Order: sequence, then C-alpha cells, then structure tokens
Amino acid sequence: MAIVAFAVALVLPFAGHNAAFTNFLADAGAFVLLALGLNIVVGFAGLLDLGYAAFFAIGSYAFAMLASPQFGIHLPFWLLLFVASAIAAVFGILLGAPTLRLRGDYLAIVTLGFGEIVPQTFLNLSQWTGGPNGIGSLDQPMFFGLRFGFDALPYYVLILALIAVAIVVANNLRRSRIGRAWMAIREDELAAAHMGINTTTTKLAAFAMGASFSGLAGCAYASKLQLVSPDEFGFNVSVFILAMLVLGGMGNIPGVIAGSVILSSLERFILPQGTNALHAIGLNVDLTNSRFLIYGVILVMMMLFRPEGLLPSRQRKAELHAADTDSTAAARERLLSTDTVR
Amino acid sequence: MTLFFQQLVNGLSLGGIYALIALGYTMVYGIIELINFAHGDVYTLGTFFSLAVLTLLGVTGVVSGPMLIPIVVLTILVAMVLCGLVGVIIERLAYRRLRNAPKLAPLITAIGMSFILENLMLYWRGPSPVPFPDLLPNPQFALGAVTIQAKQIAVILLAVVLMAILQTFVNHTRMGKAMRATAQDRDAAQLMGVDINTTIAVTFLIGSALAGAAGFVSGVYYGSTWFFNGFAAGLKAFTAAVLGGIGNIAGAMLGGFLIGLVEAMTTQIIGDQWANVVVFSMLVLVLIFRPTGLLGESVPNKV
Repeated sequence: MAIVAFAVALVLPFAGHNAAFTNFLADAGAFVLLALGLNIVVGFAGLLDLGYAAFFAIGSYAFAMLASPQFGIHLPFWLLLFVASAIAAVFGILLGAPTLRLRGDYLAIVTLGFGEIVPQTFLNLSQWTGGPNGIGSLDQPMFFGLRFGFDALPYYVLILALIAVAIVVANNLRRSRIGRAWMAIREDELAAAHMGINTTTTKLAAFAMGASFSGLAGCAYASKLQLVSPDEFGFNVSVFILAMLVLGGMGNIPGVIAGSVILSSLERFILPQGTNALHAIGLNVDLTNSRFLIYGVILVMMMLFRPEGLLPSRQRKAELHAADTDSTAAARERLLSTDTVR
Repeated sequence: MTLFFQQLVNGLSLGGIYALIALGYTMVYGIIELINFAHGDVYTLGTFFSLAVLTLLGVTGVVSGPMLIPIVVLTILVAMVLCGLVGVIIERLAYRRLRNAPKLAPLITAIGMSFILENLMLYWRGPSPVPFPDLLPNPQFALGAVTIQAKQIAVILLAVVLMAILQTFVNHTRMGKAMRATAQDRDAAQLMGVDINTTIAVTFLIGSALAGAAGFVSGVYYGSTWFFNGFAAGLKAFTAAVLGGIGNIAGAMLGGFLIGLVEAMTTQIIGDQWANVVVFSMLVLVLIFRPTGLLGESVPNKV
C-alpha cells in the first residue's frame, strides 16, 4: 500500500508534465514533512505547539547561513541536513526544557510567543541574516558530482525520500516504548506520571523529534527556493500545518499526509480554479484571499463535528466517541486495535 | 531622566489598553480555563465598530463643544454592546459544545475563531491600515519637561473606572457571585442552582464588551487600525493577564500597566523592533518562574 503510494508519487511529475506542477509537488512534499513532524508533537504527545514554523525557520536559516556567500561558508548539503535538524532539535529542547512543565494551554501560548520571537529576531539581526531581504543564492545540493540545478524535479525526489524516512521513523516511534509513553501522556498526564513515565523528558523527546523533522524540511525547502526570508515563517504557517493535522486526523500518519496534500492542493489549485470559474460566470470574487478564513472554518468545524479527522486511526476514533457509542463496543474496539498492544 | 518620565506616561496609557483587553482573558480563563485566542480580534472589531458608528454620525475630525461627551459615550456603548454580542456568539458556536471535550479541542477552535474573525475583518475593511478620526480635542500639559496629552489621561482614567465597576460587579452582585462560584467549581455551582450556561455567557459578554471599549480607546489613541491589529495586542494582553495572575481582575490591571511600561521602555532603550520580542520573552519567563503571576494563588492540578 505504502509502496504503491510512493510509486504513484514518483511518476506524478511526469504525468503532470510541466515545471510548475513539479514545483508544486516539491512544495507540498515539504509541508507533508512538516505535518509529519508536528504530528509527533500534537498528534502523538498531545502538546499543542503553535509556533512550529519557528523550527522550520531555524532549519532554513541554519542551512542558509552555512551554505551561501553570506559568510562564505559552503558546507555540503547532505551534512547540513543532519546539522540543520540537529540545530532545530536543540532549539526544541531549549524551548521545551523550561516550558514543558507548564499546563497544556500555557504551553500553547508560550510556543505561540516563541513562534513570533524567532522570525522577528531573524528580521532584526540584519547583519547576520540579511534582515527583511533574507539570504539568497544558497548552494545547490550535489549528488555524486551532479548539481541539482534549478529544476524542481531532483528536489521533489529528495523530499520524497525524506518523507519515506520520516514515515518509517514516526511509525517505529509510535510503536516503541516512547511512542506509547507519548500517547499515555496525551490521554492522561497525571495517570501516566503515576505509571512511572518521566513526563518531562518524554515530552521533551517529542518536542526535539518534531523539531528535527522541521529542520529537515527547512533545509530541503530552502535549498529548493535558494532563498530564505523572515516572512515565510509566521503564525499563519504554523496554523496552516496544524489545520492539515486537524483535517486529516491527528496522530494518524496516513491521515496527516492526506490532510497536508488536500490543503496544499486547495491553496494551489482549487482556490485559483474556483476563482477563475466564478469570474467566468461573472462573479468578481477572489477565493484565494479566503484561504485563511477556510483554515479557520476547518479548525472550528472539524473540532466540533469530527475531532478525529477525516482519516482517523481506529483507536483514536474509539477514544473520541467512547461517550456517544456503547461503551463496551468502544472498549472492545480498543482491545482489538493492535497499535497499542504490539 | 526626562525621557524616563515621558516613557512612563506613554507606557501607562498604553498599559491602560492592554489592561482592558487582559480583563477579558482573565475572566474567561478564570471561569472555563480556556485561552480565548479570538479575544484580541474582538478588540480589533471594537475599533472597527467604533469607526462605523462615528462614520454614521458623520464625525471625521475633532469634535469640540457640548456634543463631544454624548458622541464619545454613544460610540463606546455601541462598540461594547456589539463586541459583547460577538463574544457571546463565539462562546455559543465554538466553545459550549466542547466544554467537556479534551483540552486541545477548544484551544484549536479558539485559534480557528481568531482566524475567522481576522479574515472577516479583512473582507470588511481591506488589508491596509484604516484611519480613525482624531475626535478628542487634545490639549497637552507640560509637567516640567514631560508632555502629557489629555487623551493619555483619558485612557488611564477609563481603564481604572471600568475596572472599578467590574470589581464591584463581581464582588457585590448575585451574578458576580455566580461567576465566582462557577470559577471555583462548576459542578458544585450547578448543584447549588447556578445557571452555568448563562453565567459563562455573561462572562463572555462582559469580557468582550471591555475589549470593545479598549478597541475604541486604541482607535483614538493610535489614530488607525488594521485587521491584524488584535493578534500582537492580544498576545501582549494575555501576557499581562498571566503576569498579574490569571483569573485575578486586579492582577490583569496591574499586569496591563506593567506590560505597557515594559513596551515603552524597550522602545526607548533598544528600539521598537525589539518590543514584541521582549514582551513575549517576558511571557515565557513569567510562565517558567512564576506561573501563578504576581497576585495569583497557586492552583493544584485537577485530577
């Protein structure tokens, strides 16, 4: 199933047969990667991170500063993939260590504040970061002596490979001891603590892990764009990624990927096409302006009517609807679902 | 030294606006433990509502003479009532159903509501800053080398008066008692005959009405607004509420003035591009070292 999906994803750029489509696929891929990372924090561990784009920014800027004429440093891309995700993870720990003791809603607001501080700092420190112009003409990755160039296709293949790695890592984490600890904390932190889980280090691991994914995404995205600028990483981006999770199904990897692809396509195709269609019938409405309105509506509607998302894991669905179904049926379903027991 | 006192005055009047917004955060958090992310946007709506009223009344510049007081009072009242209603509608649509859901759910709808309000305002008034008529005659007083504008005093006075009214309401009326009871223990309050839904709706009504008043004040004070204004202001006001001790009305007021001072001093000393960074860093520091705030009491984790 997963292999078929990847095969389809690999031939997609040839089916689309134009550069803009490949470019879209690469961008959408970067956001799938981000959504998978945020899913570890929000979906698995249940920690609402509203400043996730900050780690994306840190990953992108780490790459930009170490592979551009900015400081004359030109480290190889493949090394920087690890360096950028490690730097992002370190910042995840730096932010998490003092704040993860806080109650869930305070954590949300602290991460929101952090998400504002980081791009603003990159904007202000113009002697290092190029200020509002950002950093340009970043190095292109080399693969066995071949330069990636300006075509989006090699970047897309690279991002697909990163997604494959991310899925394997996330899946294994979910089924490991730490993954079960994350879910225990998500369901009931106090009970988890009493079962002997060290909640602070476990939550910290989720933060670091999620941040490292966004470091990878930032590295790949920046190298494809060959530019970073402070205005790509605002609160809007964090909420965009959160909406992907909420739409697809928090905690469920296929759901998160689906949500991410749906929202990216909505932004790039459905809204512009819809606007054209409305113009054709004489309505002068620009739907592309309403994307954030749509994300807001998605967040509210999904939470009210389908909190488990469009493609939930069976277990999560059972948990969230335990109250309104027969409780024995829910309990049976929970027992039957193998993802926790294994 | 003159600069210090000048920024002290500026900071206090700025703080008056934050204090009014912070009251709404603190009341809502006190009663249902929800960070109402949409609250900052209700505040921006307050500015736009005031602007609409002034446009209807044909006010475009300084109003002098006997008409000033009725116009100001009418505008504030309309903004407060409309914002209060918006707050009640938000609670009814987005939060009430999720009162017993996992904590994450209402937080996420709150962010969604904030996005919805921002983008509705974007449709309504466009993406660029909208000018607000400079309706108060604004004599300035010189206190030594420090200039104090009349509107700065008006902001501080309005904030203090509204807070005094609120404090009296919460401590000395039946509804206020119901609010305090609900905040302490919702189930027990319900068993004692408190109508929880009405009480929570009234909390949103009052909190949002105060944001509406703050919206009017900010319009007069800054002379313009835009649809995204409430985001940063809301975050700063929330910082103020936390700094003062969340759930504590006097604390919100104190926190608001302190945050205003910090912002004014930061602008003076290191430059205004760092003001947001410093205020948000303060939020992080307060939450880490004194999560109960200056005036708050510690709350044990509920099982």
